[in-house]
Amino acid sequence: MTDVNVPSSLDGVEPVQSVRTPIRMEYTFTPGVAAQTYLREFGNKKILGNVSPIDGAILVPPRGADPRHGALCEEFVEMPHTGHIGSYCVTNVPIPGRDLDLPYISAWIFLDGADVGFLNLVAECPPEECRIGMRVEAVWKPDEEIGMTAENILYWKPSGGPDIPFAEAGVRGWHARKQGETNA
Amino acid sequence: MESHERLSAPLVLEYPFTRTTGPVIGAFLTGLRERIVLGIKRKDGTVLVPPTEYDPATSEALTEMVEVEQTGEVITWTWVQEPRDQSPWDRPHALAMIKLDGADTPLLHAVLVDSPETLDTGTRVRIKWREETEGHIKDIEGFLPVESKND
Repeated sequence: MTDVNVPSSLDGVEPVQSVRTPIRMEYTFTPGVAAQTYLREFGNKKILGNVSPIDGAILVPPRGADPRHGALCEEFVEMPHTGHIGSYCVTNVPIPGRDLDLPYISAWIFLDGADVGFLNLVAECPPEECRIGMRVEAVWKPDEEIGMTAENILYWKPSGGPDIPFAEAGVRGWHARKQGETNA
Repeated sequence: MESHERLSAPLVLEYPFTRTTGPVIGAFLTGLRERIVLGIKRKDGTVLVPPTEYDPATSEALTEMVEVEQTGEVITWTWVQEPRDQSPWDRPHALAMIKLDGADTPLLHAVLVDSPETLDTGTRVRIKWREETEGHIKDIEGFLPVESKND
């Protein structure tokens, strides 16, 4: 680093080495038709997915379109509250603004029957026991606290039962099924 | 389809960044905390305020920091009648490019006057420091016209 010469009036004073530059953006979020439908049912403790009109793929949460084809998804299906871990990450380093006990596990949860996953917390599971393919179930907030919010599900916990084989877990399942169709 | 009231909710995105400042911006902010303004000298002798680590035209590393005056001139400006919630200023003010005496480039800051009628391009202004300085551009509360009665 090049040496910088400063006026002698700053000799001996503590140099500033960092500056706080917080960023804050305030939005009003207005969900579209698919997200509104999803949220209203989520407020009834139901999880909806969209059905792709192209190949029947189940997309959770529903976004109103199949992004692979740009196709409108108008059909909804109710999903079970069980699934498996497609992939996961154990966080050991605190993040400002995230008030979770360390270490915690975030995972891509694939609901039974779903073709895509979503990111959520996994708990009641020591990190060393977490694994791809592990079966999980939703732990909901108490009924009186349920609302139209993503916070309804506190986390996912191991539900027991045999793991999904690694080769079929998460997005690998998609490819495994494709392969099966090709071979059929 | 059932008819419902449209859903809507506030959504706030917030990042508590702390940035390291480097030798030049760090010295500039140190200066503000000590209530002086530093610029940096280019090879041709002109002075950049606020200072940059590299010459914007030639990309040469710049190292010679110099103190400039706390008075200057409004080069151009606009009037802000209704500051937004996150503005550093909570009342109407001018946002101006201010060329401090001894500097060759202007600095963006507020001119704290009550109405746009009292401001012109070329108006002479001087720094109004905050009571407590911490090494931040907000250590300058704004600029006041040199002839201002608020002096």
